[in-house]
Amino acid sequence: MSVLQLIAQQDPGELEAGLTAVGRGIVYGGAAIGPGIGIGLVVGNAITAMARQPESAGTVRTTMFLGIAFTEALALFGFVLAFIITG
Amino acid sequence: MNVLALEFPSISHLTNWPEIAFGLNKVGLIYIFATVATLSIFLIGGSKKQMVPRGIQNIAESGVEFVREQVIMQTIGPDGLAFLPVLTTMFFFIFFSNITEVLPGVQFPANARFGIPLVLALMVWAIYWIVGFIKQGPLHYLKNATVPPGVPKAILPLVALIEFLQILIVRPFSQAVRLFANMLAGHLILVTFGVLCAALFALQWYVVLLPPTFVLLVFLTAFEVLVSFLQAFIFTILTAVYIGSSTHPEH
Repeated sequence: MSVLQLIAQQDPGELEAGLTAVGRGIVYGGAAIGPGIGIGLVVGNAITAMARQPESAGTVRTTMFLGIAFTEALALFGFVLAFIITG
Repeated sequence: MNVLALEFPSISHLTNWPEIAFGLNKVGLIYIFATVATLSIFLIGGSKKQMVPRGIQNIAESGVEFVREQVIMQTIGPDGLAFLPVLTTMFFFIFFSNITEVLPGVQFPANARFGIPLVLALMVWAIYWIVGFIKQGPLHYLKNATVPPGVPKAILPLVALIEFLQILIVRPFSQAVRLFANMLAGHLILVTFGVLCAALFALQWYVVLLPPTFVLLVFLTAFEVLVSFLQAFIFTILTAVYIGSSTHPEH
């Protein structure tokens, strides 16, 4: 029995539910890649700046949180989109 | 071996709450609590005005000072002090409606529903448009906001369109989604580990997995306290940045 026939035997709703779950995983996983790298860059460079100039740590920290917030938004869009997707 | 076949509650089961009384559900009650807590901190704290602050007055004063020094002075500057009341209230309101996430017996962050974050973001949207219109005038505000300095003429239309969409849609939407999604994600993580701990609590071999899971749950709860504070701070500081971009155009 071929794979296609196996699939055809299934309840059609079941296949859709499974593909929806896979799609959700791909959406959130894909959306998390870029922001992960981005937040790493933001925080790493902020730590470098704080280590070089400890007296400006306050400004750097504020800017770092801003940068994190802007970068993180993309991952959160993916997170919300993953819930919006329905089969 | 039913560890992996864990019965995880569906997302609607976790966020839709039944009505308790007077058309209010748990989320509404949490918002009323947050409003009352914010009001009472500043009303009680401001009623005595002691030279050496104690108790609630201490909390109110350190909150105001935190918003003034860490948020306004870092982003808008001295002429942004007019926005100190609205930013402080916003900070405390968001913090109180977030911190119920780890409050035993409540354990739901009210901002994990999209309504109030959206309203707050639209309020911020209205504030920075009105401030921009008053401080710079409508045409100057639109020109300063959409035409960044030093952009080559060839790509100027594209940049202007993007910047215009930014102040029109992207800012309020991303601000609301950021608060909402962070709190929802935190709540889901805590629920996941709570359900896992409950499922592992049995006289089977897999009970050895319970201690690390429970320790992780405790650490994540502590982490969510940090996230509750941080999201209130980030929402406030982004509001300040948006107001700052309306008061001082980039030359």
